Amino acid sequence: MQRRTFLTVAAWFVGTTSLTRASAIHNHIPWAPHPNSPPEVVRPGPWQFFALDEARAMEAIVDRIIPPDPDTPGGKIAGCAVFIDRQLKGPYGSNQGLYTLEPHTKGTKEQGPQSVLTPAELYRKSLAALDKHCKSTQGGKSFAELDAAAQDDLLRKIESGEVKFDGVDAQGFFSALLKDVPEGFFADPIHGGNIDMVGWKMIGFPGIRYDYRDWVNRHNERYPHPPVSIAGRAEWTPAKS
Amino acid sequence: MARKLPRKDVVIIGLGWTGSIMAYELADAGLDVIAIERGPWRNTATDYPPGYAADELRYRIRHELFLSPSQTTFTFRNKMSEAALPIRSWGAFMPPNGVGGGGVHWNAETWRFLPSDFMLKTHLTERYGASFLPEDMTIQDWGVTYDELEPHYDRFEYLCGTSGQAGNIKGTIMDGGNPFEGPRSRAYPNPPQDQPFGHTLFGKAARDLGYKPFPQPSGNMSRPYQNPLGVRLGPCTYCGFCEWFGCGNYSKASPQTTILPALVRKPNFTARDNSEVTRINVDGSGKRTTGVTFVDASGDEWEQPADLVVLSAYTIFNVQLLLLSGIGKAYDPAANTGVIGRNFTHQTISDVVSFFDPAKFVFNPFIASGAIGMCIDEFNGDNFDHGPHGFVGGGYMGHVQTNGRPIETTPVPPGTPLWGAAWKKAVKENYQSAIKPGTGVHGSMYSYRDVYVDLDPTYKDRFNRPLARITMDFHDNEIKQNKFLTDKFAEIFQAMGAKQVHKEYRKGPYDITKYQTTHLCGGAIMGTDPNTSALNRYLQSWDVPNLFVMGASAFPQNAGYNPTGTVAALAYWAADAILSKYLKNPGQLINA
Ligand SMILES: Cc1cc2nc3c(=O)[nH]c(=O)nc-3n(C[C@H](O)[C@H](O)[C@H](O)COP(=O)(O)OP(=O)(O)OC[C@H]3O[C@@H](n4cnc5c(N)ncnc54)[C@H](O)[C@@H]3O)c2cc1C
Ligand code: SF4
Repeated sequence: MQRRTFLTVAAWFVGTTSLTRASAIHNHIPWAPHPNSPPEVVRPGPWQFFALDEARAMEAIVDRIIPPDPDTPGGKIAGCAVFIDRQLKGPYGSNQGLYTLEPHTKGTKEQGPQSVLTPAELYRKSLAALDKHCKSTQGGKSFAELDAAAQDDLLRKIESGEVKFDGVDAQGFFSALLKDVPEGFFADPIHGGNIDMVGWKMIGFPGIRYDYRDWVNRHNERYPHPPVSIAGRAEWTPAKS
Repeated sequence: MARKLPRKDVVIIGLGWTGSIMAYELADAGLDVIAIERGPWRNTATDYPPGYAADELRYRIRHELFLSPSQTTFTFRNKMSEAALPIRSWGAFMPPNGVGGGGVHWNAETWRFLPSDFMLKTHLTERYGASFLPEDMTIQDWGVTYDELEPHYDRFEYLCGTSGQAGNIKGTIMDGGNPFEGPRSRAYPNPPQDQPFGHTLFGKAARDLGYKPFPQPSGNMSRPYQNPLGVRLGPCTYCGFCEWFGCGNYSKASPQTTILPALVRKPNFTARDNSEVTRINVDGSGKRTTGVTFVDASGDEWEQPADLVVLSAYTIFNVQLLLLSGIGKAYDPAANTGVIGRNFTHQTISDVVSFFDPAKFVFNPFIASGAIGMCIDEFNGDNFDHGPHGFVGGGYMGHVQTNGRPIETTPVPPGTPLWGAAWKKAVKENYQSAIKPGTGVHGSMYSYRDVYVDLDPTYKDRFNRPLARITMDFHDNEIKQNKFLTDKFAEIFQAMGAKQVHKEYRKGPYDITKYQTTHLCGGAIMGTDPNTSALNRYLQSWDVPNLFVMGASAFPQNAGYNPTGTVAALAYWAADAILSKYLKNPGQLINA
């Protein structure tokens, strides 16, 4: 193999592992008193991937996929659109870590997805196509401007394949939403969704408590303690002045 | 040009479960050992501390502890007539990466195979006649027996501190254990784990139906344990973030919690991480390996000379490295010649999801460990008469739900819309009262002439080497087996009082996008005949005697259990053969 190949090869390792330098380990455990790979905590703030009108459409969509009810907020207040925004900006959005080499050929369903499209491109194109579709069929209105019943109706037609988009697979977009929106509702709040652990409170999931030795033998008794996130609980963090 | 490193007695390729076992055994005997590992070094305190180990998105959904397909992947097709396409993101299985290998993020379900599993071809032919087996089925005997492996199973269980209830101690059947298991020399080192509510109910219902349920043998500690190497594990806290995750409590048996702390202190052991072996080198005769070539994280190429090479890179990577290094004759399914890539298998998994009355049942599904639950073994291997059923093989089945993590485990009754108010309501209503076992029906997959691994003609890895190509489909035998087992399994949930029971049969074609297990087997199998096996009964290459190949790649076909107990027992068995036989007289141990 040529040296030049290896130089490009080196880039593959960087960012995929916590310790990216190869080392010889002899007579000791290579341990240093700090985490190798602490979590990255999503901060509130402006949209990082979505443009403003895309974000508006996304907030409307996530609130129909997971609508609000009297006990639990919907996808919008739970931060599902923020979650997806940060995910699309990050490694997931660009297919980082996946096998992306040519040739791209369509195969059988059993052979799995072969598309060249990244999730970021899928959302960008689909949101543009959705906007175009809405404006031309709904009297110039955008998706966010429709009432909830009309939004549900359109989403159902996208799901069933009745409504198609120009130049992008509308059903593929809908499948991505069905995966990404609930992830935003249920993933640890450090990722930007599940704000105030609303998803976990809805079902009674205690989060990362990590120790149930006191409850494993208490059969058929509801676990009584509220959830805890990787970032702790709001009550533990003094309000900022 | 590769730079040459000083010679070692032994080079070990991959520092996962078998690499760690072999490194310890050989270094302990005084040999100068180096292990070369593709992924990073990993420690509990720095890589998956309890403060952030329980991140479902990061570790379960984005699988951060696993190999990235960008680093290497495989191509896949169902039939030899199709063009294989690359697995661009993982699905049916999830290859490990990094020190500890699969041991870091496995469930630790720690099984032994049945005595008859090791003599499968002979046993089935004697009982049912040769014509009972499908014509294209290529099952074989292993060349090693359960009795020979028993002491080595025992060593692994005591290394790990396996928690369980023995079912057969030296021929005496023990109450509450698995009565079908082969005789064991002594009890498990630790008692079984506590069982949560739903798992307990399943055990009771199974007993009422006349079965003999027993707790899943578990490498999650039921109490603190110090193993024979002096390494200590803490009690499992039923955290519910076990499979796919590293354990922050030092409670899950892994190389990190059982071997590595003792191994790294040995002055005659060295490990190199972030270094991928690209070739096993062979001398001009083709009958001797001279060591390996590897590439480090800076892209520099090195040659590591050694007298003995242990290949322990995990099943399919073992097969791939043998093919790329030109060691052994590649399997050709058309001509039915060659051995490398032959008899490749996976597992036949299915599940039953059941829904109970939320007013009466609160399961707290998040209280669980990776290897929890109650199992039955009545329908495994040849524990029942297959005559009337027209298939062979079987599996254990059990309520082994390992988590209530909400992205993965929020089941809703079939027919519920996939989104919107009705979906949200159903998620909320059923979370506490539904049961979704992990691998509920854990069935065998036997080997066939047209299921194999070779090198892909089109797709390349980042070193521009051909990817390994998997050709695999389910055969009728396994589909029938799964139907029979899944129906039996569902009856138990019915008996528990479920109001709705949903059977998810495994049907063909084999689908590379649907996770089953990471129990790939075969491709470099052991046996008694060099024409139909790559390795002899000591896992020694027939072609290159100073090469030993570990892992489930040695299984001639897969049984109805998780593989690692057997994989580890085989490693101890091979280490024993190297130390007691090979070193005295280096060369081929079996004259075939
Ligand atoms: C999610 C999950 C759950 C599982 N649960 C169970 C269970 O409950 N019970 C059970 O019995 N089994 C289970 N398994 C399977 C178990 O992990 C494997 O059987 C076991 O780890 C195999 O041991 P091994 O030494 O063959 O391979 P591994 O432990 O995978 O180690 C192989 C090592 O080799 C390295 N490597 C590969 N190629 C190269 C190369 N070219 N150069 C250098 N290094 C290389 C890899 O990075 C890896 O670290 C599970 C697996 C997974 C993924
Ligand atoms: S379930 Fe037990 S063994 Fe598994 S990760 Fe949690 S504490 Fe560790």
